[in-house]
Amino acid sequence: MLGVSSLMGAGALMAQSDNAQAAAEWAEHFQGNYRLMSPQEKAEARARLERRYSAEYGKKVTVDGTEAQPGVLMGYALNVRKCIGCRRCVKACVEENNQSRGEKPGERIEWIQVLRMERGEFSKDKMNQGYPEGLGIQVGGNAYTPAGQVLEGQYHYEPKAVPEKEATYMPIACMQCEKPPCVKVCPVRTTYREADGPVVIDYNWCIGCRMCMSACPYWARRINLTNPVLPNEAMNPVTHYLGNRPRMRGVVEKCHWCLQRTRKGRYPACVEVCPVGARKFGNLLDPESEVSLILARKNVFRLKAELNTFPKFFYFYD
Amino acid sequence: MNKLMSFAPDYVRYIIKGSTKFYAWMAFLAFLSSIALYGFYLQNTEGLIVTGLTSQIHEGLYFANLVFLVGVAAGAVTIVFPAYVYHHKAMHEVTVLGEMLAITAVIMVMLFVFAHMGRPDRLWHMLPFIGIYNMPGSMLAWDVLVLNGYLLLNLICGFYYLYTKYTGGEVNRKFFMPLVYTSIVWALSIHTVTAFLISTLPARPMWFHSMMPIRFIMTAFAAGPCLIILIFMIIRKNTRMWIQDEAINLLSVIITWCLGIALFLTLSEIVVELYARTEHANGLYYLMFGLHDLTRLVPWFWGSLIAMLVAFAMFLIPSVRTNYKLLPVACVLGFGGIWVEKGMGLVVPGFIPTPIGEVTEYYPTLIEIMMSIGLWAMGFFILTILLKGAIGILVGDVRFKSAAQATSNDVANSGGIAAHGPT
Repeated sequence: MLGVSSLMGAGALMAQSDNAQAAAEWAEHFQGNYRLMSPQEKAEARARLERRYSAEYGKKVTVDGTEAQPGVLMGYALNVRKCIGCRRCVKACVEENNQSRGEKPGERIEWIQVLRMERGEFSKDKMNQGYPEGLGIQVGGNAYTPAGQVLEGQYHYEPKAVPEKEATYMPIACMQCEKPPCVKVCPVRTTYREADGPVVIDYNWCIGCRMCMSACPYWARRINLTNPVLPNEAMNPVTHYLGNRPRMRGVVEKCHWCLQRTRKGRYPACVEVCPVGARKFGNLLDPESEVSLILARKNVFRLKAELNTFPKFFYFYD
Repeated sequence: MNKLMSFAPDYVRYIIKGSTKFYAWMAFLAFLSSIALYGFYLQNTEGLIVTGLTSQIHEGLYFANLVFLVGVAAGAVTIVFPAYVYHHKAMHEVTVLGEMLAITAVIMVMLFVFAHMGRPDRLWHMLPFIGIYNMPGSMLAWDVLVLNGYLLLNLICGFYYLYTKYTGGEVNRKFFMPLVYTSIVWALSIHTVTAFLISTLPARPMWFHSMMPIRFIMTAFAAGPCLIILIFMIIRKNTRMWIQDEAINLLSVIITWCLGIALFLTLSEIVVELYARTEHANGLYYLMFGLHDLTRLVPWFWGSLIAMLVAFAMFLIPSVRTNYKLLPVACVLGFGGIWVEKGMGLVVPGFIPTPIGEVTEYYPTLIEIMMSIGLWAMGFFILTILLKGAIGILVGDVRFKSAAQATSNDVANSGGIAAHGPT
């Protein structure tokens, strides 16, 4: 990008402020798309963010920029038979990835939904009821009003204990498609597929047009309707530029397979926390990885395969 | 050059002078616009949380108005086309008014884009060269291209025509006609691309069908002329400009055809979707009957359908559509009906249910409603100015006076003052 750094310098000068935070914020307005930055510009952008976040959250925040490693293609497999619907993954994800967690509905963002499916929908006693009426609606609070949840499942459920006898569970999140519709529709190419597989977002480049949200067949994306509510003590200071760094008002976010962890050889938070080992993560290019073995040996399927999005998130059952 | 230099001041001078009624109208619009500015301020400090939008239903009033107004902009071609392709004389006299409406509508679309975006401060990211312009992948990028092109074409055609009228010269047809024909085809493109914006998303079955572009164009060519007829009626009443009956009658005929086809397409969709009644019809079902006791849009759908049917019946009967007392009623019904059907009635159910089956409802907030009204007011503000200027030139109130004429007038005037001075 022509003259981006000089622009940033000019920006800092124009701000005429000794306040590093204000200058950093000012310079952020002029930075280019992360993917197209030179290594030096990337480092500058990250350093700027580290300064701003550290000041904002009152602790040392790191913004990692580890690039995709050659020979790695991330893949995910989930055992639908094992999931018990405890939703520890949902909670771990929010804590790891610095999602907004305010009280108002518009301030709460979760990337994983565990859909609760009624077991025995086709049982004998339900056979003669004609068209299923209501199909097991439960009223779940969504945004500003009570909302129904139907057909595919319900993710606002409050059981005394899990697993429930009458339910099966189907967790979903971003499928990290190989042919992602969200990437195609983005007018500014702020969301793109990384070389090692995940579809990421440069939050600083997003214009908030929400075309990607309309295009996603898995409802994986969320818009930050307001400044994210992220208490200082709850903020996870180990971040990645394309991953879990705090977002800003008006931009879209989604699961990125915990880039801040997986690029460092760790498992995503949801995989780590799953108490029954339903979640498997690994390198699709390594034939001996757990995920590769599952794909080779188990009954595997993709969600909404008919849409040709080619998810790298697979479901399987033993 | 001399002529060009005097065009702008003459034009502006004419626009800013008006009756008390004119100033009151403009002040009223300015007041409503200022509310929109406040809403815009809130959205860019608090965020979109001040609207009724959610992650489930993330397009609402703004996007609905945006889609509808692209149609109004395209609808202006119902004047340009007969005027230049069929050499319709009455239409030819008022072509420039249609172009002024197109300019206004495109500007309004852009205002609604600003209202709709999460980060309007980052719009420059879309500019080619300094940002990234995702061509040819992104339909939104195509939409930006065709809308700006259409704005430019209409600005050039409209103001070039006005300028030649002002100077009393002749239009250079070699330069002008290719632009006019381009703008006719371009008008189709803006609405086609806007339809593609939502009809190319398999994630949203309600929108995912190839009928969308033609349905958009048909509703646009009905709603646009409805507004144009109403504007023409107002112009006939309030200015010295006389718009001939033939122009209005032809527009009525165009509306009849287009509204009829639009209704046919709507009914076809209903038959196809509800006959099979797959899960993909849930959006339409929600719109028509409600889903799981959530029925907010149901009265709007039936209301708009009835309005359109009544309007169609009125347009269909020649004695009604040539009755200028009843015609405005039909136009209001048609315009309102299509605004609901194509705006909220099309945009919101696309999100109900969400791709994972969640059924939620959309409650626009007061801020959102006031902001939409304010942006419409801004549009009418611009339209009033553009139409006033255009009419001033068309009726000859604003005309280029050669230097000699101007001085002789000045002398006459000053002579008058001088004569009165001593007494």
